[in-house]
Amino acid sequence: MAKLTINRKEYSVDVDPDTPLLWVLRNTLSMTGTKFGCGMAQCGACTVHVEGEAVRSCILPVSFVEGKNVLTIEGLSPDSSHPLQQAWIAEEVPQCGYCQSGQIMSAAALLAQKPTPTDVDIDGAMSGNICRCGTYQRIRRAIHRAAQIQAERSGK
Amino acid sequence: MNEIIKISRRTFLKTGAAIGGGLALGFTFPLTNSEAEAATKKSALFAPNAWLRISTDGKVTVMLHKSEMGQGIMTSLPMLVAEELDADWTKVRAEFAPADPAYVSLPMGEQMTGGSSAIRRSWEMLRKAGATARQMLIAAAAQTWDVAADTCRTENGEVIHQSSGRRLSYGALASKAAKLPVPTEVTLKEAKDFRILGTKVARLDTPAKVNGSAVFGIDVQVPDMLIARVLRCPVFGGKVARFDATKAKTIPGVRHVVQIESGIAVVANGYWPAKLGLEALDVQWDEGALAELSSSNITAMYKQSAEQAGLVVRSDGEATRTLEGAAKKLEAVYEVPYLAHATMEPMNCTAHVRKDGCDIWVPTQGQTRTQQTAAKITGLRPEAIKVHTTLLGGGFGRRYEQDFVADAVQISQAIGKPVKVMWSREDDMQHDFYRPATYNRLAAGLDAQGMPIAWTHRIVSPSIMSRLWPHLVQNGKDFTSIEGAANVPYAIPHSQVDYVMKETGIPVGLWRSVGSSQNAFITECFLDEIAVTGGKDPYELRRQLLTNAARHKAVLELAASKAGWGQPLPEGRFRGIAVHESFGSYVAEVAEVAVASDGNVRVHRVVCAVDCGMVVNPNTVEAQMEGAIVYGLTAALKGAITIGKGRVQQSNFHDYQMLRMNEMPVIEVHILPSAEAPGGVGEPGVPPLAPAVANAVFAATGKRIRQLPIRAEELKKS
Repeated sequence: MAKLTINRKEYSVDVDPDTPLLWVLRNTLSMTGTKFGCGMAQCGACTVHVEGEAVRSCILPVSFVEGKNVLTIEGLSPDSSHPLQQAWIAEEVPQCGYCQSGQIMSAAALLAQKPTPTDVDIDGAMSGNICRCGTYQRIRRAIHRAAQIQAERSGK
Repeated sequence: MNEIIKISRRTFLKTGAAIGGGLALGFTFPLTNSEAEAATKKSALFAPNAWLRISTDGKVTVMLHKSEMGQGIMTSLPMLVAEELDADWTKVRAEFAPADPAYVSLPMGEQMTGGSSAIRRSWEMLRKAGATARQMLIAAAAQTWDVAADTCRTENGEVIHQSSGRRLSYGALASKAAKLPVPTEVTLKEAKDFRILGTKVARLDTPAKVNGSAVFGIDVQVPDMLIARVLRCPVFGGKVARFDATKAKTIPGVRHVVQIESGIAVVANGYWPAKLGLEALDVQWDEGALAELSSSNITAMYKQSAEQAGLVVRSDGEATRTLEGAAKKLEAVYEVPYLAHATMEPMNCTAHVRKDGCDIWVPTQGQTRTQQTAAKITGLRPEAIKVHTTLLGGGFGRRYEQDFVADAVQISQAIGKPVKVMWSREDDMQHDFYRPATYNRLAAGLDAQGMPIAWTHRIVSPSIMSRLWPHLVQNGKDFTSIEGAANVPYAIPHSQVDYVMKETGIPVGLWRSVGSSQNAFITECFLDEIAVTGGKDPYELRRQLLTNAARHKAVLELAASKAGWGQPLPEGRFRGIAVHESFGSYVAEVAEVAVASDGNVRVHRVVCAVDCGMVVNPNTVEAQMEGAIVYGLTAALKGAITIGKGRVQQSNFHDYQMLRMNEMPVIEVHILPSAEAPGGVGEPGVPPLAPAVANAVFAATGKRIRQLPIRAEELKKS
């Protein structure tokens, strides 16, 4: 039995300790917001946070996250109010939408570390996430917008 | 002038009281399109159809007969209905329609999504649906108030009696309206009166796509469902010779191992155990006839095929003779590679086959085909096959195919349980239906002033249509192979295009703008060669030759002017231009490129001008152009599926690379205002991209790109 903390809730799961976190989330816990794209940390669709760091859950054995805090897209905010979610809506980022959970989680880790990221910062943090619909330009705009929203909120 | 549409009793079907006691209308309109009649003559199912539901609480539900794969139909199709209905947009919902003959549409006479056709084929039909409902709601209100219908108007989900100011909501009128006769004539709005169409309406699917709640095929969960992976022969056309599942069955979580048509399926209680089970299989393959096939064999075969004359698909004047007598002559060979689709969501399908029926949950572009596939495997009647369309994590033509559906249906039938079959990225990349590799021989003759007077183009390509729609291949002419080549818009008096159909055994299929994506590269680069040979500016030569192509010319001029064609650029940057029509829309793109000394090509900026006729949602058009440019750029700079020993040599995103954020150009999209009927939007942005970039690379390096992808090693400064 592995004990996991996901989105601030405790779970016990009975799986092979080598099972990647992605499949525990998707198959065992039915949290399907985190997506499967490549299985080898090439596309970023499976990005979640472990202790605040953006990681690729498709290659991360579940045993690695025991006792650590995992955050998925479902736990980013209770009501899509996270600045990035608001910015994603305002900029109409998603097309097919499949990669966007991973994009938003990568961007969330970036914003937590760098509240006002530059374009170079965005390139650095987001180049591990593939979007086949080609929404990169809007993602970039949305991250800048989210940084503004975040700054305005913290100014209050 | 208002457009009056007559609706005959025979073709209009009122389905009466609906779910929730509201108003439901089914619309069946006659076909007037001769192209569709030709395509679907044998079938009685060719009436386009849409559904609209208004519930007593005022919610308007539009049934989507198209799939949402990112192109925005979940919003733009309801916009068509809502405009003519004068609906309160905040109460408009969308729902995916089941597979049903009622939803069959043009041009293929199937319920499918492709060919950038969703808006083009629904533009009038869905507006009529809204207008008809509106007229019935007005009649219901007029009856309630005992006033004449023409003293009432509609606004934002309400009928208003002009003189008294009385109002009734659509919800309150829905039950009464449902009992009224269906009008025989409806009046559609003039474009100047649109209040929803042409505006940047926010997409209905965005909220679910930013919090993880959107359900794609891969997310479907059905009680007692198991997960399957399938091991396929790595060689195309190969088969299982023998296999031993003893070890695979010892993996905890593995429940079944069954042989199906496509290979060996390992069924487990999750993806991970299914994968481990698959790796533990002991299989011997009969690799079949293609076991020695390679990309170089294919090129050699193509080269040989190019020696023979093909089917003439365009013949103006006397191209060959004019070519011989031309003042200047140039010849070139252009080649494009196989390409995978690489949708972000790998192929998957969930099926539950029972004795009396079958449910299928699938991200598909082909509902009719899905039903047919399952009916054929199970022997059930098509009506017993329920197709539940989910969101698609990308489509690009791949999800029209039926291999993943067949997998799921066969496995569920074998084990008697609901099964979700999931493909790995490697499965997806190595067992695709690829954009064809093609080989092209071109020649042009120029007069003494440097103007082209003769053009010949021989295309060697396998046929996509011969497998998918053989009845549409007439006299050996596959229009996907020649689109964009047989209809080059330039006024060149002597022109001949011929086509040699050459099969290789590598499965080929539809791919975002497929033939145009190849032929625009070939023809627009060759035109650039003509310009250079004749000493002309590539933009000016195009302008001069577009004498009979006003819409091409207009987007070309718009793109050139917005890009500052002819004006100085920062040092090291160069421009290339291309224009192309596909799917009824005209797109010109100017790429601004720098080539580093190591040959690495960086595209800094792409300016796009599009004329797609009347625009439903400008935001969607911009997004689709942005997406198409990235799709085209990925292919131009990186895309190549190569074959060795009958196998695909690429397997995942490390060796079949995608454009990423750090390589993203700035994209500017300019929409040309137009009163023409809507054109397609999903695909037409792709074709001009590769030639615009390749032409810019020529401007930068003097090296002509005649093979895709553009390779840094060939541009390296020695």
